[in-house]
Amino acid sequence: MFRVSRNPAIDTTAKLVVVAVAMFAFVFVIMVPLYNVLCDALGINGKTSGQAYTAVQAGVDESREITIQFVATNNEGMPWEFGPEDRIMKVHPGASNTTIFHARNPLPKAMVAQAIPSVSPSRAAEYFHKTECFCFNQQPLDGETSAEMPLQFIIDRDLPRDIRTITLSYTLFDVTAMAGDAVAAR
Amino acid sequence: MGDHAHGPAKGLSRWLFTTNHKDIGTMYLWFSFAMFILGGSFAMIIRAELFQPGMQLVEPGFFNQMTTLHGLVMVFGAIMPSFVGLANWMIPMMIGAPDMALPRMNNWSFWILPPAFLMLASTLFMEGGAPGFGWTFYAPLSTTYAPPSVTFFIFAIHILGLSSIMGSINIIATVMNMRAPGMSYMKMPLFVWTWLITAFLLVAVMPVLAGAVTMMLMDIHFGTSFFSAAGGGDPVLFQHIFWFFGHPEVYIIILPAFGVVSQIIPAFSRKPLFGYDSMVYATAAIAFLSFIVWAHHMYTVGMPIAGELFFMYATMLIAVPTGVKVFNWVTTMWRGSLSFETPMLFCVGFLILFTIGGFTGLMLSIAPADFQYHDSYFVVAHFHYVMVAGAVFSMSAAVYYWLPKWCGRMYNETMGKTHFWISFIGFNITFFPQHFVGLAGMPRRIPDYALQFADFNMMSSIGAFIYGASQILFLYNVVATIVSGKPVSDDKVWDGAEGLEWTVPTPAPYHTFEVPPKIDPAHAHT
Repeated sequence: MFRVSRNPAIDTTAKLVVVAVAMFAFVFVIMVPLYNVLCDALGINGKTSGQAYTAVQAGVDESREITIQFVATNNEGMPWEFGPEDRIMKVHPGASNTTIFHARNPLPKAMVAQAIPSVSPSRAAEYFHKTECFCFNQQPLDGETSAEMPLQFIIDRDLPRDIRTITLSYTLFDVTAMAGDAVAAR
Repeated sequence: MGDHAHGPAKGLSRWLFTTNHKDIGTMYLWFSFAMFILGGSFAMIIRAELFQPGMQLVEPGFFNQMTTLHGLVMVFGAIMPSFVGLANWMIPMMIGAPDMALPRMNNWSFWILPPAFLMLASTLFMEGGAPGFGWTFYAPLSTTYAPPSVTFFIFAIHILGLSSIMGSINIIATVMNMRAPGMSYMKMPLFVWTWLITAFLLVAVMPVLAGAVTMMLMDIHFGTSFFSAAGGGDPVLFQHIFWFFGHPEVYIIILPAFGVVSQIIPAFSRKPLFGYDSMVYATAAIAFLSFIVWAHHMYTVGMPIAGELFFMYATMLIAVPTGVKVFNWVTTMWRGSLSFETPMLFCVGFLILFTIGGFTGLMLSIAPADFQYHDSYFVVAHFHYVMVAGAVFSMSAAVYYWLPKWCGRMYNETMGKTHFWISFIGFNITFFPQHFVGLAGMPRRIPDYALQFADFNMMSSIGAFIYGASQILFLYNVVATIVSGKPVSDDKVWDGAEGLEWTVPTPAPYHTFEVPPKIDPAHAHT
């Protein structure tokens, strides 16, 4: 067997130190990426994809109608006015739909926000395709201005038939401090 | 080699610079007892506040700091170092080695502990108070919403993690390389076996804990977003990482306790341990399973049903090797020539109460039922049955069992038995009613509660004060034994005791087994 040192105690110790260092690295290089990959691949955790979906022309399923509910929440300490134009939409799977969310920054300073989506039931997340979403990017807004933020989405035709209602919730976070330099440049 | 016959150095430097496994073991044991008293006094504040409904004594924020520090100090300061101390004292003597394999590292792994806990305790006096986010320190409560003292908390965790890793590397290096000739692995005493497996668990998961707190540190100070949803991270990720450490951690706490009980029950049953081989395999099986059950602590985060089922069945599987152990202990006692000195009383108390804690654990493993039990006092009752009646009872048993060997004096048996009975009764008065209030819906970590829980909480508090007071009796008994106990001269101390540690003179000399002992090949494990 491979030996690091002729002193058996030092040999065992050196090998165990390698194990400990490897386990520390394991957390960063395996656990964190693996968690994100698994959540993406399996659509668990109610996360929708962070990338724009390229629509595949597969026709519209007129046989059923899905109710989409929109929920907008401000994270603690976020002062913006934030809400959907339509609270409820009825859509057919396969059809492209557009709606907008309204945001207004009531403070006299420029701020940056990031919306984080969550889909309920979480099983529906992998069938909820966004072709365009304000949540893909950080949203900067000057003081005391408002904006209309677009959302385009397609419900997959393969959506399980027992799901008739999908709730898409956005939580708006203040990321001005994180985006620091970008705001200063404006 | 000429000066090997010398005794310990004199004065403070003996303790500061010592590389002697017995000295270091003694320091670990005293340090862990001090932490036990500190963590216990935090518990007394918690129970005093919960004596009656409504806000009585302390601010809610301070109450949260008490629950947090109680957990951290008891797990990392009292239970873990106490078993490391026991390992230091006993493992070289049990395998016929002159000392630990890495004596200087041994000195370091003890001496970095007191500063770590001093730093952790000092957060109580800092601006914004001590950490109040629970011993599980879930993000973002421990990152975005943490008090400034969290940075000191993180540093303390780093240091005590380092201490644990160094201590366990030392134990593995000792057991693998320094066994007396003829002592094969399957002849090692079970305490050595359980510690060997525990040490591997520690080397594997303490770095994971270090990784978790490092990520917290980076989120707080360096603008990363591991656990912050706003930056694309995920708070649930924290829980996965924490419990990937945390579940093996609870076996790190209990496996050495299994080892202690497996030494003491045969001694007072005057029979060899029943099913030695199956005990070893069961310990290894528990250690393996501990890595694949972590998410049973987080059934309510919104896992897919397949995940809930996997973790539920894997968790239930642990009951099998644990059951093997419990039945082996009972079978060891079966038709034995039993006597009930204090160590045996604590072991029998362990056996009964740990089994109750195991059963409530099985109840908690049922995913759909756990949605009701989650974060309630039922969970508090469960883990105190396995942590206190499991780990602490077995530690008390170990101290009574080996104290005469350590200091050459016999403790006061009447006082020891009194300590046991007060502990046993006080413990059950404290924690048994918590099952009921938990099932009825009382949440944990809250300083106030609904009126219908008042009677049971008052019982719990009275029990806790009784249990706490009984530890003073324990301290008195140990000190009185060391100072003026009746001298013991018999090497064996206990007539039924087996093992190499009973072949050295009493009290154990400063250096033992400088010449490796001969292991009788016909004599199996002891």
